[in-house]
Amino acid sequence: MIKIKTTDRYNITPLRSFMTNILSLAAALVVISILFLISGVNPIFAISEIFSGSFGSFYGIKETLTKAIPLILIGAGLTLAFRAKFWNIGAEGQLLMGAIFATWTGLNFGESLPPYIIVPLIFLAGFTGGAFWGIIPAILKIKFSINEVISTLMLNYICAEILTMLIVGPWKGKERFGFPGTNNLPDSAILGIIPGSRIHYATLILSILCAIVLCVVVYKTRFGYETRVVGENPHAGKYAGINFLKTSIIIMAVSGGFAGLAGVGEIAGIHHYLGYPASVSSGYGFTAIIVAWLAKLNPLYAVISGIFFAGILVGGDAIQISLGLPAATVQIVNGTLLIFLIMGDYFLKNKIRFEMQ
Amino acid sequence: MEDIIISTLQRTMVAGTPLLLATTGEIICERSGILNLGVEGVMAIGAVTAFIVTMTTGSPWLGVAVAIAAGMTISIIHAFASITLQANQVVSGLALTMLGLGLSGMIGKSYVGKPLLIKMEDWNIPWFSDLPWLGKIFFSQSPFFYLAILLALVSWFFLERTRLGIEIRSTGENPQATETQGVNVSKLRYLSVIIGGGFSALAGAHLSISYSKSWIEGMTAGRGWIAIALTIFALWNPGRAIWAAFVFGGIFVVQYLLQPLGISPNFLAMLPYIATLLILLLISLKDPKKLNAPAMLAEPYKRGKR
Repeated sequence: MIKIKTTDRYNITPLRSFMTNILSLAAALVVISILFLISGVNPIFAISEIFSGSFGSFYGIKETLTKAIPLILIGAGLTLAFRAKFWNIGAEGQLLMGAIFATWTGLNFGESLPPYIIVPLIFLAGFTGGAFWGIIPAILKIKFSINEVISTLMLNYICAEILTMLIVGPWKGKERFGFPGTNNLPDSAILGIIPGSRIHYATLILSILCAIVLCVVVYKTRFGYETRVVGENPHAGKYAGINFLKTSIIIMAVSGGFAGLAGVGEIAGIHHYLGYPASVSSGYGFTAIIVAWLAKLNPLYAVISGIFFAGILVGGDAIQISLGLPAATVQIVNGTLLIFLIMGDYFLKNKIRFEMQ
Repeated sequence: MEDIIISTLQRTMVAGTPLLLATTGEIICERSGILNLGVEGVMAIGAVTAFIVTMTTGSPWLGVAVAIAAGMTISIIHAFASITLQANQVVSGLALTMLGLGLSGMIGKSYVGKPLLIKMEDWNIPWFSDLPWLGKIFFSQSPFFYLAILLALVSWFFLERTRLGIEIRSTGENPQATETQGVNVSKLRYLSVIIGGGFSALAGAHLSISYSKSWIEGMTAGRGWIAIALTIFALWNPGRAIWAAFVFGGIFVVQYLLQPLGISPNFLAMLPYIATLLILLLISLKDPKKLNAPAMLAEPYKRGKR
């Protein structure tokens, strides 16, 4: 008989961590292939189509980078929250609240201010909106011990309804000819794009800067250390005099604020007006959870995994058209990838031996 | 006026039914120490499989059976990740929800918007259904309603009074001590997660073949997440879950009642979610020791480790 023995592994090298990720992704691809086969699609063709659709052409790369912007921002912010074991599932709502704040600022002050003032102002407004929506669950968790998974999710639904209420009601714009949505932002508030693409470069640069700064904060500052203590050993944290309320509020202000910035990018860089919530957030808040996980909760790696998952989104759109697969396919791919990524952690933390008896 | 009150209460019972089913399942699961955030996804799988099977075979009960089997099967993924591989239960549950919502969308693509012609007939309980007021509200409902209440009561008895139920609860409180009593912790946790999955799928089946008699992507509309909140509200007690679920059913129904008064439909749609937060806020004012949460909830258990 073969017996499986497991022992703890203490020396986890970055290389081993990287290889585990790669193997997890490969295993997930096998399962996804089987699912494709069942639904009558040639898996090799489908998967190659996903990657050629996203990274295989100039157009694909441009689209991938466009979609990577919100994923990098939100994903980086989520790494901070997840390090503190604060399960922020509410990035969708935080993105929307950022978009609401930014739209209000742009519509009200955009006409009278030059771009170099209004653009920073709408980013600030978006950050504030996202942070505001992120701080609520932080207070609810620390002060009232309300589970943050539930509260952040409920706030997603609530924010989506608030937004819809605004665009069908008081904010409904004449330019939409009776359809729900605000008027377009004034030209001075609209972000520049790289010609021939939809890449709003200001947000792209901002997202990478945010990831870098957050990486330094996480690994080099006292606050970053406190974040890890809050997550890994809350008891020790209490004795060490860490203020849980303050730390959690900052963590969620940053995590929510980054999602808010992503909302600004979507409004001022892509849509130019506030429309239906589903078209504004496009599920980025949920996809970014996997981005953060693949990045092994390192904000800097969120740049790479953000681009990777943006590629899957773009490739997913491509196979929807070429193979007639439903939009839900991307969700299946994402769910499967996430399951295999967390399963892979087991093989990273444990040594496994097979013994003959 | 009398008619409005009766029909409101009657619809409250209908709206509360899937919440009660899913909450009861999640209570059993969480009592064993496993947090399952996959309820929403498993519910969607239950809804789509029940709908397709009922439509193609013409038998709603076969639809229910297949839905339960599908829900149990897909829940094994979460059980394997969180019990055998000791993975993070929050993330694993989220992944299950993504997968469930995705798979249900893929499987059900060609069934979107098709009406279900075969109905699951309501059961009129003899004599009781003739009672004034109460008869219409409680005794001429769909079989799901009676099943939900019966299962909640049985689950309460099972968890509080049977040996296996007590073993499941102690698994959630102190797995090490339970293991020394010769109980296989992993096995009990697997069992609890799988039973919970069956309940979630049953809740989904109610939505697609009895409540709305159609299938559309995302029709679970956050009910799975509300069930997870109701688990806390019910203090992990299936008996309390009964009234907790129907209070929430009432909030779902009040939306439609207030719409003619000119209140924004978007504001009314927020009500269940705001109520969830308010109720959790109310619960938090209670003494945490009386909250009764399983002590080892969401803590991975590794055999032979202290």
